[in-house]
Amino acid sequence: MSARAVQAAALEVCGLSVAYGERPALRGVSLALAAGELLGLVGPNGSGKTTLIRAASGVVAPRGGEVRVGGVDGSALSPREVALRVAVVPQNPPLPPAFSALEIVLMGRTPHLRLLQAEGGADVEAARRAMLATDTWQFADRRVGELSGGERQRLLVARALAQETPLLLLDEPTAHLDVGHQAATLRLMLRLCRGEGKAVLAAVHDLTLAAQFCDRLVMLHRGEVVAEGAPADVLTPERVRAVYGASIHVLWHPLTGRPVLAPDGGAQ
Amino acid sequence: MNILRRAVPAGGEAPAAAAADALATGRRALPALGGSAWPRFLLAVAALAASILVATSVGPAGIPLEATVRIILSHLPGIEMADTVPPLWRDIIWEVRLPRVLLAGLTGAVLAMSGATYQGVFRNPLADPYLIGVATGAALGATAVIVSGAPHAWHGLSLLPLAAFAGAITSVVVVYAVARVGNTLPTTTLILAGVAVASFSTAITSYLMLRSTTHTLSVLSVVLGSFNTATWGEFTWTLPYVLPAAAVILLHGRLLNVLSLDEEQARQLGVDPERTKLLLLGAASLATAAAVSVAGTIGFVGLIVPHAVRLLWGPDNRRLLPMSLVCGATFLILADLAARTVDRPAEVPVGIVTAVCGVPFFLYLLRRTRLGAIW
Repeated sequence: MSARAVQAAALEVCGLSVAYGERPALRGVSLALAAGELLGLVGPNGSGKTTLIRAASGVVAPRGGEVRVGGVDGSALSPREVALRVAVVPQNPPLPPAFSALEIVLMGRTPHLRLLQAEGGADVEAARRAMLATDTWQFADRRVGELSGGERQRLLVARALAQETPLLLLDEPTAHLDVGHQAATLRLMLRLCRGEGKAVLAAVHDLTLAAQFCDRLVMLHRGEVVAEGAPADVLTPERVRAVYGASIHVLWHPLTGRPVLAPDGGAQ
Repeated sequence: MNILRRAVPAGGEAPAAAAADALATGRRALPALGGSAWPRFLLAVAALAASILVATSVGPAGIPLEATVRIILSHLPGIEMADTVPPLWRDIIWEVRLPRVLLAGLTGAVLAMSGATYQGVFRNPLADPYLIGVATGAALGATAVIVSGAPHAWHGLSLLPLAAFAGAITSVVVVYAVARVGNTLPTTTLILAGVAVASFSTAITSYLMLRSTTHTLSVLSVVLGSFNTATWGEFTWTLPYVLPAAAVILLHGRLLNVLSLDEEQARQLGVDPERTKLLLLGAASLATAAAVSVAGTIGFVGLIVPHAVRLLWGPDNRRLLPMSLVCGATFLILADLAARTVDRPAEVPVGIVTAVCGVPFFLYLLRRTRLGAIW
């Protein structure tokens, strides 16, 4: 812990407030993420998860507070300097359909290239490794327009990996995936944290999934952090009911001992 | 935790197994990035060179192709091989036809390259210098200078391109500001704003043209588009505007690819989207304005040529931009050749030829590949 404390946190969000026009989206959000850690961001629709990721990647300017990336104030960095530190997997973004899957992943190398520099062998190798890790290499030369929603989503993860940044921000990386690829994607994130010391912040809708893989969870509600800690401490039945307004039962996974959330069909 | 650790290799298996046969896939995918584009590009350049020679040679004077080659080569330093050619032929080739052909080529190159740039920056397949009002704005700027009777040239630089540029950039800024909804530029609002701005500029241009009795013909040639008054002077006037603009655009092919994602993704990949867009729109509008100021407004080239290139060679702007430039030049040279030969001795406005030849070809390509798949 002391060694970790000496190192600057991979991501530090301090009192962050963001508003779209008059409507506040985040109100005084603070959180910290260390290298090697997989942090899950949970919360109902519209609770500010996407806004937090957009603010942390410098796409929206905060109204208050600050974002520090590797100990450096993000607003002091150029887009290229931010992109060398932070890679983002956005939620269902537009992709030009005629580009090949490999071409899209190679765009992840943009911050590493100078204006006149073309992608070289090292860049193609980085893209290839990212695509193998995300199970997308087999359709490297297919057009993006021909891919399924889940294939596109894994491709976006591959693009972020090809960017080779110490920090990854993922907005619903598992939303369009089948259950096998959901687990594979989060397992990959965990492996990147443990093996390569990356820091990963993932907004995940599926609370059960988040609970199985994440080291810690941060729960957002109406733009504020309402809970933070180990999955079992965050996902208490009372809190889930209060925040999500639904009758959800919290069970325990027989092997991991982590929370599993199950709605009932209104049988009560 | 232990279970998770053990699960890791299990998850890693599928990609590892896929690796072997994926290598073959990779070999197929990789050459498409660079090497294989060169033969096609050189072929296109050869076609351009051939079209320049043929278009320079063909005309009422009946000068043979071989004499044309001799005359052109003789203007290279240290070569004299036109001593047997009649002096009149020399004048026709060098003073009349070649400037016209080269100006047509330059205009076609500029319109096609600018069209490809607008389509990439606006992420909209319908964007072209015409549809978004840039060309008509440029025509209005040029017309204003012509009817005001101000001197066109100043220290060898023409004022016409500058005035045309002011008109072009005003149009693009107004269209962009009006059509933008949040972070996106929807097709419908873009087209509506473009058509509105174009109608406005066209109305003012028509009014200025009708009011001015002395300059009607020169204004008309700006509006209709024509190369029949082309001189070396017009060609060299436009170069100081066109060359830097083309250099800026060609150097940004890879960044234009990234911009074609969207602003947010571009920024997350380390590109400053607003700065890059401003630079590219400025360059494309400057080049368009310079071309319009000497050649008038010629439609369809900026829309059709980039799409045809895209259908044949894919969407990568690093290949699309130089290829559009070369193919646009070839296309307009041949269109101008048709304009002055099909109805001899009368001349058909070249804009009519570009539409009549270009549109059926474009529709054929469109029929073969749906637009959704190329864009």
